[in-house]
Amino acid sequence: MATQQIFSPLPGIFYRKPAPDKPVYKNDGDVVADSDTIGLIEVMKSFNEVKAGAAGKILRFLAENEEPVMAGQPIAEIDI
Amino acid sequence: MAIKKLLIANRGEIAVRIIRAARELGIATVQVYSKADKDSLAVRLADESIEIGPPQASKSYLNQAVILDAARSTGADAIHPGYGFLAENAEFAAAVEAAGLIFVGPTAQSIRLMGDKVAARGAAASAGVPTVPGSQGRLESAEAAFALVDKTGFPVMIKAAAGGGGRGIRIAHSADEFHHLMPQAQAEALAAFGDGGLYVEKLIEGARHIEVQVLGDGHDVIHCFERECSLQRRRQKVWEEAPSPSLAPAIREKLCVSAVALAKAVNYRGAGTLEYLYDDKTHEFYFLEMNTRIQVEHPVTEMITGIDLVREMIRIAGGERLRVRQDEVRVSGHSIEVRINAEDPARNFQPNPGIVSALSVPGGDGVRFDSMLYQGYAVPPFYDSLLGKLIVHDKDRPGAIRKLDRALADLNVEGLATTKPLHQALVRDADVQAGRFHTAWLEPWLESHAATLAAPLPTAKVAP
Repeated sequence: MATQQIFSPLPGIFYRKPAPDKPVYKNDGDVVADSDTIGLIEVMKSFNEVKAGAAGKILRFLAENEEPVMAGQPIAEIDI
Repeated sequence: MAIKKLLIANRGEIAVRIIRAARELGIATVQVYSKADKDSLAVRLADESIEIGPPQASKSYLNQAVILDAARSTGADAIHPGYGFLAENAEFAAAVEAAGLIFVGPTAQSIRLMGDKVAARGAAASAGVPTVPGSQGRLESAEAAFALVDKTGFPVMIKAAAGGGGRGIRIAHSADEFHHLMPQAQAEALAAFGDGGLYVEKLIEGARHIEVQVLGDGHDVIHCFERECSLQRRRQKVWEEAPSPSLAPAIREKLCVSAVALAKAVNYRGAGTLEYLYDDKTHEFYFLEMNTRIQVEHPVTEMITGIDLVREMIRIAGGERLRVRQDEVRVSGHSIEVRINAEDPARNFQPNPGIVSALSVPGGDGVRFDSMLYQGYAVPPFYDSLLGKLIVHDKDRPGAIRKLDRALADLNVEGLATTKPLHQALVRDADVQAGRFHTAWLEPWLESHAATLAAPLPTAKVAP
């Protein structure tokens, strides 16, 4: 088992939910496939999905819902 | 009561535009800014600036209480909302006035009336302004909806009463589709706007988007002629011009008179725009909606009429009456505006925030660049992608098109991809040059010209 970080591909606002009234995509401890969406980045009013990029178990999210993030900033840690 | 200190509750190029107008009127300016806009051009230009919160618009530019506090603590006596954000929020307009401040715009009542698209259609009908055939008000039942589309025929648009700006629209081409889409549209309108109210309009195929600029002082209203904004991508305007290349003089007169009639009927105050669809095959026009604010594309009207709309709306808010009579408003020449967005036309208009590493701006007679850019500016990713607007004016449309081509070549923004290559391709297109387009023209054109747009890849560097 190794720990890997998931980085934000873009600068913008990070969302953990598909919509304000919807549940979060993933919780700490969830098992994910590499193509699973773990959040959204809003950049200039367009929304881009963030994929897990690897199969494993999410250890924890490093960015909060609605937090401004930079491109390349780690947003979650995953145990692969 | 003349305004002495104006707070600008907005950002970007429109904040810069408002600061310039205020300064020309001898009015002091206060620029509010989110943490992400600390280094913005508007903050640099304003007399004072005050931070109002984190980058997220919901926590800064949309935070009414913080903006009102900022006005109080800086001693501003008026608030200009620009466009977007709180510009068409009736509750905010009312709160500004309740705080003893001037809202640079119409009354909360006008905003509320025109913000409800069904009420606005009703007001238009009462003022004798034609609207698109469809429901006279909200559809109260599915049966009423079916009875109606039996009469109008297909295709029809299903719209959310609380929607606007192209949101919440569905198109049904047949009765089957209509049956299928109605419940979906209702559920979505309820989720998106908290109001499941719907109305239905016949879809006018091949229609042009033409809008009339009005100025009112609460007593009298004048029009400043029309703009045509038919070149749209995803219902966002990309190229606007004045006057429209498609209107015969008699129809122009009828259209503009109808806009004044409707604005007068609601005792309109400030700058406003009435949007219409125009069918150039039948020469019929239909009122769509009214925007109760200054619009992005206002400069083309300023260029052809010589009226500074932003200065006028500030003067009116300060209690002045209209300073020009209708017969003094005249059209001179032709003006075109193109939107320079931080989007990459070579990559499906992917947004492109970054640092402006080099900038040169076109000049010369009849060339204007309204923007928020300066060399070294880091364009933040948190807001819309509009960087600026390149506006040209010449004696006629062919002259304006040639000047636009020249000015685009003189514009150089390095460090991030912009929509400049799109406009360079449009300006040389035979249909654009002939004014042969409608609101559904650009999207298929973009598909068929994808290869052309992908070719001249500008230096696109991504910010670290």
